[in-house]
Amino acid sequence: MTDTNLTYKKSKRRQDIVFPIVNAILLIILMFVTLYPVLNTVAISFNDGTDALRGGIGLWPRVWSFKSYESLLSDPATYQAAWISVSRTVITTILNLVLTSMLAFTLSRKEYVLRHFLTTMMVLTMYVNAGLIPNYLLISKTLNLSKTYWVYIIPTMFSCFNMIVLRTYISGLPEALVESARIDGAGDFRIFWQIIFPLCKPVLATVALFVAVGSWNQWFDTHLYNAGKPYLHTLQYLLKMKLATTQASANAAKSTADAMTSTTQMTPITIRCAITVVSAVPILIVYPFLQRYFVTGMVLGSVKG
Amino acid sequence: MSQMVQAKPKKRGGIGEFFSKLWSQKQLMLMSVPIAIYVFIFSYAPMWGWITAFMKYNPKNKNLFDNPWVGWDNFKWLFNRQEWLGVLRNTLAMSLINLVFGTVSAILLAVLLNEVVTKAFKRTVQTVTYLPHFLSLVIVVSMAQNIFASDGAVNQLLLSLHIIKEPVFWLGEGKYFWWLVGAINVWKEVGWNSIIYISTMTSIDPSLYEAASIDGAGRFQKILHVTLPGIKSTFVVLLIMNIGHLLEAGFEIQYLMGQNLVIDWSQTIDVFVMKYGISKMQYSVGVAAGMFKSVVSILLLFLANFIAKKLDEDTLI
Repeated sequence: MTDTNLTYKKSKRRQDIVFPIVNAILLIILMFVTLYPVLNTVAISFNDGTDALRGGIGLWPRVWSFKSYESLLSDPATYQAAWISVSRTVITTILNLVLTSMLAFTLSRKEYVLRHFLTTMMVLTMYVNAGLIPNYLLISKTLNLSKTYWVYIIPTMFSCFNMIVLRTYISGLPEALVESARIDGAGDFRIFWQIIFPLCKPVLATVALFVAVGSWNQWFDTHLYNAGKPYLHTLQYLLKMKLATTQASANAAKSTADAMTSTTQMTPITIRCAITVVSAVPILIVYPFLQRYFVTGMVLGSVKG
Repeated sequence: MSQMVQAKPKKRGGIGEFFSKLWSQKQLMLMSVPIAIYVFIFSYAPMWGWITAFMKYNPKNKNLFDNPWVGWDNFKWLFNRQEWLGVLRNTLAMSLINLVFGTVSAILLAVLLNEVVTKAFKRTVQTVTYLPHFLSLVIVVSMAQNIFASDGAVNQLLLSLHIIKEPVFWLGEGKYFWWLVGAINVWKEVGWNSIIYISTMTSIDPSLYEAASIDGAGRFQKILHVTLPGIKSTFVVLLIMNIGHLLEAGFEIQYLMGQNLVIDWSQTIDVFVMKYGISKMQYSVGVAAGMFKSVVSILLLFLANFIAKKLDEDTLI
């Protein structure tokens, strides 16, 4: 940087040539640094388990092996976890879209008497949080949701931040839409469902992305409420459990020198990487298609959020 | 019905008119009140649980008030504990590291991207750098375990550059932990955090750049005197908003990576709450620690608001 600074003082033309090149190189390095851990993990997952213990695998497997994926994909637990992950993501996303946009619509109606009260009530929840233990006691003791599938759905049906994003968008729609529908005799629910909801498609896509990613990536609720119910484990939680065991074995390997002898053919490292890849793949696939939506959503949210 | 209310909004109504208005909005209420009740149950009702911070709470007691009151004992117990002071130190340190490096890296990336002329290249960089934001922290920690392993990429790079002589045990030594969390957070969020700065930069008046060019400013001078002043208000607003999050150092990375070797450096308030409140079943201690965090956060938020209002008059205009 300081080098180019000096050249600037000498001649401006040189700076105009040098700067874009240095800039491009810096950004390419950044992209490489961003992608390297991802590709490295993919490479390790395709490597032979025992060989992976030697370490030093870069962007390409040293000894190819599909053993990790074979053992992963022949385990019924993987499919059960994938089913739980997918279904909770789909159900949560649909419920969230309907409930969040419904409330956003009512709070965008200027004539609504409860508008001010409800808006304040919703916004406050973004700042005040009862904390982990009270929430845990509410969900597991009072509502008895622990050790059930419902704990994935019910506490996450609604999101306040997304409601604000949607409300901002709906407030920007022409008021005449609602008024003319009213003159035609449509009730508020019909106005919402047949006019406003379809018009919100671009923002709904953004909200769906946020909710779906959040739900797919969730592991803590399984850890907290459903750890003892293997058939309710999600993919992320399978990975979380592997994280703990490989960490322990890595520690053991550090403290005792006989790491090579104590490990079996299938080391947890490659398995862990395989689960990492499996649980990241849906996001990596969906991501490029949804990319154009989330920037608009982000900007919308930051206006009022 | 609603048309009638709409038609004469200015007229001052009595109680009868108020109720007829309520009646005309019954559908709106039907659509919103159930959700409000839901939010009340899941966001407000648990606050009642704060009362147990002043008790010796045992969930086996059917009636909440069967638990003995202990006053401020749980809080006293906390602050007399060396471990808790370490927890506070870790929380503040990691949250400051996140704040400083997160902000600086995001602004840097935004400035660099702002100078890119080729649209396709700019979009590619953005697509790639936003990606980690969408990966779960379990996945990210799993990847970090590969990268920071003693034979991982970071050690290899540093060895080949002769910066270190033998591999560093990044994941197992407490003194690296804060910086590790900082690095992971920057890696994950730098692209995402830069969005807000990039969108601010695109709204800077282009004539400012032209005027600077005519005055003979080079690239660096334009960045220094046009771009950076252009994002100053965004920077200040985000900084103030972050004051309210000073105790939010994160939970997942610390919980997932905080093995016993580094526990003195990895425990944040949230991890502490998890450990005592859930794993050790000392609910009241966990609630007290969580309550401390919530209350301080709210006070910080008021402070931030106060600062924002003070600054509004001179800085932000």
